[in-house]
Amino acid sequence: MKNTKKYKKILVLGSGALKIGEAGEFDYSGSQAIKALKEEKIKVILVNPNIATFQTSKDLADEVYFLPVNDYFVEQVIKKERPDGIMLSFGGQTALNCGLELSKRGVFKKYKVKVLGTPIVSIMLTEDRQFFAEHLRSISIPVPESGSATTLAGAKKIAEKIGFPLMVRAAYALGGQKSGVVTNHKQLKEIVAGALAISPQVLIEKYLHHFKEIEYEVVRDKYGNTITVCNMENLDPLGIHTGDSIVVAPSQTLSNLEYHKLREASIKIVQSLQIIGECNVQYALNPHPKGGELDYYVIEVNARLSRSSALASKATGYPLAYVAAKLALGKNLLEIKNKITEVTQSFFEPALDYIVVKIPRWDLDKFKGVKLQIGSAMKSVGEVMAIGRSFEEALQKAIRMQSGQIESLTDSNCLKKANNKELRKLLASPTSKRIFAVVFFIQKGMPLSLIYKMTGIDLWFLERIKAIVMAEKNFGIKKKLTHNTMLSLKQLGFSDKKIGKLCDKNELQIRKIRKQMKIFPSIFQIDTLAGEIPAQTNYLYLTYHGSHNDVVPLGKNAIIVLGSGPYHIGSSVEFDWSCVHTAMALRRYQKESLIINCNPETVSTDYDMSDRLYFEDLSYETVSDIYEFERVGGLIVSVGGQRPNNLANKLSKQGFNILGTTAENINRAEDRNLFSALLDKLKILQPKWQSFSNMTEARKFISKEGFPVLVRPSYVLSGSAMRVCYSKSELANFINQAALLSPEYPVTISKFITNAKELEFDAVAQRGEIMVYAISEHVENAGVHSGDATIVFPTQRVYASTEFQLKEISRKIAKELNITGPFNIQFLVKDNVPYVIEVNLRASRTFPLLSKAMNVNFLDISVDSFFGKAKIHNFVYPKSVVVKSSQFSFSRLLGADPVLRVEMSSTGEVACFGRDFDEALLKSILSTNKFDFKKRGVVLSLRRLVNKAKFLEAAKTIAKLGYHIYATNTTAEFLENNGVPAEVVRKASENAPNILDVINSQKIAFVVNLSENYILSKENKHVITDGFRIRRATVDNQIPLFTDMRLARAFIKALARYKLEDLEIKSYNEYLN
Amino acid sequence: MQTKSDKLILKSGEVIQGRSFGAPISASGEVVFATGMVGYPEALTDPSFRGQILVLTSPMIGNYGVPHKKYWESNKIQVAGLVVCNYIDTPSHHTSKETLGKWLKRFNIPALEIKDTRGLTQKLCSDGVLLGKIICGLPAQAGKNKVTFDDPNARNLVAEISTKKIRMEGQGKKTIVVIDCGIKKNIVRQLVQRGFKVAVVPYDTDVTKLLFPMDAVVISNGPGDPTKVHATILNVKKIMAKKIPILGICLGNQILALACGGTTYKLPFGHRSQNQPCVLSGTNKCYLTTQNHGFAVKKIPKDFREWFYNANDNTNEGIIHKSLPFMSVQFHPESSPGPLDTDWIFDYFLKKAGVRSNSL
Repeated sequence: MKNTKKYKKILVLGSGALKIGEAGEFDYSGSQAIKALKEEKIKVILVNPNIATFQTSKDLADEVYFLPVNDYFVEQVIKKERPDGIMLSFGGQTALNCGLELSKRGVFKKYKVKVLGTPIVSIMLTEDRQFFAEHLRSISIPVPESGSATTLAGAKKIAEKIGFPLMVRAAYALGGQKSGVVTNHKQLKEIVAGALAISPQVLIEKYLHHFKEIEYEVVRDKYGNTITVCNMENLDPLGIHTGDSIVVAPSQTLSNLEYHKLREASIKIVQSLQIIGECNVQYALNPHPKGGELDYYVIEVNARLSRSSALASKATGYPLAYVAAKLALGKNLLEIKNKITEVTQSFFEPALDYIVVKIPRWDLDKFKGVKLQIGSAMKSVGEVMAIGRSFEEALQKAIRMQSGQIESLTDSNCLKKANNKELRKLLASPTSKRIFAVVFFIQKGMPLSLIYKMTGIDLWFLERIKAIVMAEKNFGIKKKLTHNTMLSLKQLGFSDKKIGKLCDKNELQIRKIRKQMKIFPSIFQIDTLAGEIPAQTNYLYLTYHGSHNDVVPLGKNAIIVLGSGPYHIGSSVEFDWSCVHTAMALRRYQKESLIINCNPETVSTDYDMSDRLYFEDLSYETVSDIYEFERVGGLIVSVGGQRPNNLANKLSKQGFNILGTTAENINRAEDRNLFSALLDKLKILQPKWQSFSNMTEARKFISKEGFPVLVRPSYVLSGSAMRVCYSKSELANFINQAALLSPEYPVTISKFITNAKELEFDAVAQRGEIMVYAISEHVENAGVHSGDATIVFPTQRVYASTEFQLKEISRKIAKELNITGPFNIQFLVKDNVPYVIEVNLRASRTFPLLSKAMNVNFLDISVDSFFGKAKIHNFVYPKSVVVKSSQFSFSRLLGADPVLRVEMSSTGEVACFGRDFDEALLKSILSTNKFDFKKRGVVLSLRRLVNKAKFLEAAKTIAKLGYHIYATNTTAEFLENNGVPAEVVRKASENAPNILDVINSQKIAFVVNLSENYILSKENKHVITDGFRIRRATVDNQIPLFTDMRLARAFIKALARYKLEDLEIKSYNEYLN
Repeated sequence: MQTKSDKLILKSGEVIQGRSFGAPISASGEVVFATGMVGYPEALTDPSFRGQILVLTSPMIGNYGVPHKKYWESNKIQVAGLVVCNYIDTPSHHTSKETLGKWLKRFNIPALEIKDTRGLTQKLCSDGVLLGKIICGLPAQAGKNKVTFDDPNARNLVAEISTKKIRMEGQGKKTIVVIDCGIKKNIVRQLVQRGFKVAVVPYDTDVTKLLFPMDAVVISNGPGDPTKVHATILNVKKIMAKKIPILGICLGNQILALACGGTTYKLPFGHRSQNQPCVLSGTNKCYLTTQNHGFAVKKIPKDFREWFYNANDNTNEGIIHKSLPFMSVQFHPESSPGPLDTDWIFDYFLKKAGVRSNSL
């Protein structure tokens, strides 16, 4: 055996902010990789500005740099740290692209940094579609007929050669961005233009209509030993991005021959690329091949850890990222112990005795104007994974997990408003709701063969769905709940609540009946070997296809921690961070932790994060089943975001022990009426508000208070269905819509205070006394959702007296609600007067940020508080400033208006440290945007005169910095009149060349487009279109866009103060000490 | 509908209720499980499963129906009975000719859907292989139709299933004799594909007395205890004396070992899966293999060395003669079902044997 080289210091690149196409899965993979390296006593350096990740936690990497993952900053870190190795495959496409750029520039050679794992030439080969296609053909692996082009004319030529329909993709792009199926020249032109805007090359290939899409996750060591850890089958046919597909593992409709021929091809490809570590191969498989011969094509290869590999890892229990990191060090698969079984090694392929179904989570309704159709460009923001012993059981679980609001596959409520024609369209043209349309038409009796023809969903899946539909139908007629009926409905994945609905009983009644019938879910382990070798694994799921339990209850000493469920807008990796740290802190109290979560992208669902992991739904039914089986000592609902928090009341009523603040007090904070009364009692100010269920009441309130008003239903997270209304008609329109959204709760309107500051108060209390707290400040004015706002800590422009008031108010609230555990209060401050707008008796989005900035883990203190052991932490003023910026994914959401509103729309965030606000802000903005310092043009579109006046100083600065300003007539005129040179360009709605051509010209560094919602609704439609088109063109060209006056001005000020090379390259530890 | 009469009874006394989806008859056998996720038509027709009640751990079985006979591993279903978690009666596949249920009925093989196959598997793991019987059909008949626990290992299973007369397959100038101890068709297909004429002969044939010229001998896989196949062991000795190249597969591995003075033993837990890692001894190379055996080689014969070993439990996975072209593997290089990692074994053997097909 060759000696493996000993590495002393390895640099790992993270993926930065969560965005569509690159989400929490890279926190999981990076964290596992770092752990694998630490076991080898290697010093690990991590670059990742995503402060809410677990991988950036203190005890993981030796040094963490909260800096942008781009070639400039990473080179600086290399220069400073001088690592002897670098790992590029654990930070998604972002890390890979950064690595390619560094390699191209010779940085690795210059600093003698070895790229570990798959050789960089192989990565380059897989990233160039044409060369890669040639390579595959050369080893006799079929690829679809294709060509690549760098111009539209070139693209047309290829199209004519291959013939429509065609698939068009952008090279080097995340998650199939700017790609799509085209059937004619017009569509071709559209997609190619979009793709060429973000990538120098487009690939055009034959579109394989209704082929199956199959994936293999392959692992290879440097000795050539190769295995496929898992295969997966998409329920949706080819053409829908795998990130947007319902995925099943292992494949269900493949024969032995198909399974193993594709497996063999995967191994051949991976061998040919000399992959060391992990690789994903995606295939198109013809379901009806001519002559019965195997007919397949390779459609994509990712020479790195991917979303699919995270899913495969969770689906099988095989720690892919951990193993990949060990292999990158030169280890043999046989040397690496199987962490799950502890008795076998890592050269094996898991045998599954269960079925896994993944369903994406889309939040498309959060985006105004977005195209709902899904296709080859990914749009989902998260996913859930369900485990069952039948497809039906797993699918129904996954449906419930996805939103927590749809009880069954057969609940096609979301289609209620659609007419027949729209419904058929929903079937034929894929959207996030297609699965419900399929069910709807099966219910209506449409032949499955026709549904297959329209959707391309294999008949096998359709038959299984039909089995669910028929069981429901049959039960709905007789409504007789015998033991056999109950068991069979449970085996088909129906929830107690749904069964109740079908026979006019409530969830609790069904639960009681079920328990009397002694029908309980079995608790099964995921052991990677289908029971072949007895394994002590703590990775569990529930199923009704069983009659025994694999484990015995943990009992009183165990505590359940509820996770956050799927990532979605408003609930992301920050809650997973809280969840993991809570589980870890429980160990300090010799408690056994038991995590329940259903999100495969998380660290909390890793095998070694808790004493027991239930990969399960966060529903009342499932949590109760687990609680009652395990007979645990308590339950923590306050660290996984709003979803577990919403369960507090119901769980508490059933007598479950909830740690921390009581459910009753949680309800007093969540219920607007109770909360308002509480504030009044404590003499704490709040914006005037009223709850109402009819328009007459609403009008009365408004005539007294005046517009604008903020309208929202109760139990809000991420501002869903929240809106600022500026006029009567706007209000009326919105009410009609919102009332439908949440019929159980009244809708409230409150006075919207304009030009106010927003402050966050985050804290942990124990029996009503605050133990630790932090105040952070929004850079934008109130009106931008706190999840979208730029946040700075410590506060920069808040009076000490205001902070004092905030603290006093919070103290009173904590006392009144007898808070134990984490909480967050949002304040509005106008003219130095604070108003309370919201209290959340749970960990907030800002907890990881503040914990890291203050070097005090709020979750540790929170767990202390649960056991009455928390101590008061004196606030120490930090030595540095940290700024959080939000990451938007508008460029992936065709048609969405990229403007900040009260509704949250960001998909992720970063936070960077600096010696002052300006430096931290600049780093933070550079982390979420592709800012090109070489580009010297700036587009200003300032709209109202008051904006222009307020922005004048900033415009002068831009000019002084040597930027060339482009503006439309009134803005340009204003600037010229005030001595700022600006080039006049035509409006977006006018003839070319206009402002859009300027934006498309690749010379613009950033765009400022100040547009406030109420302006839009007041002015004529023409203006709306112009503003929208400017914003859209900006994000489509991946140019930094500023739509908020305060943020734009702060950014420009920072840009003037700091040159790129002035930004300090300091690690997290250096900022703390 | 679940009728109380459909059940699996284990010799240990346990009774597991199920729902019948095969032939409405009762049968007994050794209860074994297989963890492969694909390949039930191949497994059910694999003669090595002769006399066994097969439990499949993959939870949904029947998904792609049953293909044409030419894809099977022998001409009939070999298992005594089948036990699954969930049976799927609505297959969807371009090669499907009939449903699994219909096929089982056609061959008069009982099958049960019992849901908790995991529990059963765990039992088989902790207690070792158990005898069992499937009781199916109407309650009245089931009562009358007494089924005793039948230990297939006590029988000469090989004799039961081996071909009765010599069968020639394939075209080619060179001939390979395959001793049929319960051969899987894919062994023959692998050789025919490589351009050889294949003579499939009964298990007890004295190959040295065959009247046609031969270039190599393959000892096939097969069911049961290798020590029961005396005739073959004796004949293999004769073949070796004549220095005709030999490749043994699965049972063939054990027979070759016994013929040369090695020993075999019954494994506490048989290997019946498609994910068995085998290391090429003396190297870092590991292959994923399909396996289906309850016995293994213990003592490696003189002049042989270990060729492969199992990375999970270190059991022997193959032996190779130090100088002559005699070699055997415990796994299935022909796969079907399972991974295709080791079909190079055939090429390696033919090369070592100095046999090149002329038609290639």
